[in-house]
Amino acid sequence: MREITYREALNEALREEMDRDPNVFLLGEDIAIYGGAYGVTAGLWKKYGDERVLDTPISENAIVGVALGAALTGMRPVAEIMYIDFIGLCLEQLNNQVAKIRYMFGGKCTVPFTLRTEGGAGRTLGAHHSQSLESWLIHIPGIKVVMPSTPYDAKGLLKSSIRENNPVVFIEHKMLYNTRGGVPEEEYTLPIGTADIKREGRDVTLVTYSRMTLFCQEAAAVLEKEGISVEIVDMRTLLPMDIETIVNSVKKTNRVIIVEEDCKTGGTGAEISAQITENAFDYLDAPVVRVAGADVPMPKSPVLEKLAVPDTERICKAVRDMVRL
Amino acid sequence: MGVDKELAKKLLKVMMEIRQFEDTIMELLAKNIAEGGSHLYAGMEAVAAGTISMMEPDDYITSTHRGHGHAIAKDGDLKALMAEILGKKTGVCKGKGGSLHLADLSKGNLGANGIVAGSLGIATGAGLSIKMKKTGQVVICFFGDGATNNGIFFECLNMASLWKLPVVYVCENNLYGMSVSVKRASSVQDLTKKALAFDMPSDCVDGQDVLAVREAAGKWIEYARSGKGPSFLVANTYRYYGHSRSDPRNYRTREEEKFWRERDPIKLFSNKMVEQGILTNDEVKEINEFVKKELDEAVDYAINSPLPEPEELYTDLYA
Repeated sequence: MREITYREALNEALREEMDRDPNVFLLGEDIAIYGGAYGVTAGLWKKYGDERVLDTPISENAIVGVALGAALTGMRPVAEIMYIDFIGLCLEQLNNQVAKIRYMFGGKCTVPFTLRTEGGAGRTLGAHHSQSLESWLIHIPGIKVVMPSTPYDAKGLLKSSIRENNPVVFIEHKMLYNTRGGVPEEEYTLPIGTADIKREGRDVTLVTYSRMTLFCQEAAAVLEKEGISVEIVDMRTLLPMDIETIVNSVKKTNRVIIVEEDCKTGGTGAEISAQITENAFDYLDAPVVRVAGADVPMPKSPVLEKLAVPDTERICKAVRDMVRL
Repeated sequence: MGVDKELAKKLLKVMMEIRQFEDTIMELLAKNIAEGGSHLYAGMEAVAAGTISMMEPDDYITSTHRGHGHAIAKDGDLKALMAEILGKKTGVCKGKGGSLHLADLSKGNLGANGIVAGSLGIATGAGLSIKMKKTGQVVICFFGDGATNNGIFFECLNMASLWKLPVVYVCENNLYGMSVSVKRASSVQDLTKKALAFDMPSDCVDGQDVLAVREAAGKWIEYARSGKGPSFLVANTYRYYGHSRSDPRNYRTREEEKFWRERDPIKLFSNKMVEQGILTNDEVKEINEFVKKELDEAVDYAINSPLPEPEELYTDLYA
């Protein structure tokens, strides 16, 4: 299979869906001439023009609201919020309007709406350009939240998100754009709401998503040499959560560690942990452990930034500690 | 602008429907038959009736915190609207929306909104959709004076003007955002000036005069439909009831209320029509009686309608 980058995979997904459906259009800050802050929309403005690739003013709340209005009236918008750190500027429209409108209107409308954004640390961009805020979003019934870790997942899930008749927040990771992976030439989509076993193992389950999946894979390779067999569940979609796949893995390994980049307190891992306790308590041989981001604003200094998010060594240590129990 | 008997009857009927709908809800609230919040449009009828009477059925509106009037004027079904306000299964939103979320997409009503200025984005997006699909429709975006101080108002007016979207932004200036007067909330008293920053044409109209509203709205709807872009129309008006039912109205005087009640949009219009010989007093009474009957039927329907089944809690969340 050919290998392409996560960025290229996303770009292909957008291109294919725009070709497939004339109602698909893109709007966001710096996505047209510039091609997106991380280059995901490169070349699309040249191909589809101002009518379908819209540079917007720096008006996040209106970007989301306008996309919603277009979605309600027959279009299929894909909005981009450049950094998830800016999501606070449009949470009113996302939470009160986009997520709730179908329910409030008794199911009498559909909301074919995709919001692409990216998050995460790794580029020493400081506190306003490095956050992981997915846990805010999984607290909003009415939307779906997708966070792919590989080019293959990114392409298949973005295509599904665009075709979905419900609002999807699709969260990319800035450190994944240049990663490479196999992506078939031929058309495919992937279902929203299903986790993926990225590695099978016997001793410990690592439940993770987005960039941390890569760290978990590195950790698993190290631990294998020590005789510890690790299973990796890549969530891929955080809302709705595929708790069944997690529980099945826990039933097999009886030990689970959640690896997440977002702040530990009130984070996504807290929800996963609670669901494991509710659904698989009798299968656990050890308490659920979280390896998570530090509860601090993301510091600038590379030394401090590295400390603020999990890395391979911390994951290895958590696994070793658990296996020794 | 000429008015014939048919049009006069139609305008009067819509305004009376709105007035009686709101008066009825006040009674239902007092009797505890209606529960929860309800923001009533009484006094402002000429704005919804006048503007919407100039639209085509497939044109869109977005509505406000005070949305019953717009829903009725946009050909809303009185029974389904009343049932919705009572939280009934037969409501226009199956009892899941309520007063603040009345919507009927089949009639082009993209919904009232519980967030002040919350519908500005939706209206602007509908305008973008129309432009992209070249359907020739227009959007009226209703909002109150309070919304003109909110961030998304500025974001949306800028985008609409930048992209020449077919949206008429109709500001219903009823002088108060809940309790705070425009004088205490806005640095600019002439709200039309707010459109100047976006190079958007703006206009001001007596919101108690339904024919004046029609004329102004007609001009700006045509402007939008012909592809010239958005406009900003301020309709000066007044709400008779408080912001909601718990409001003691201690921020305004009874003299001020009396002044506005003397400029009642329904009385002004019916008197004028009778004076001009377009309608007779009997015809005015007939319409009033007809609407009374409609409202009685709507209330009966709503009260006797079933409540949603418990299973409805989790339906309609995702398509």
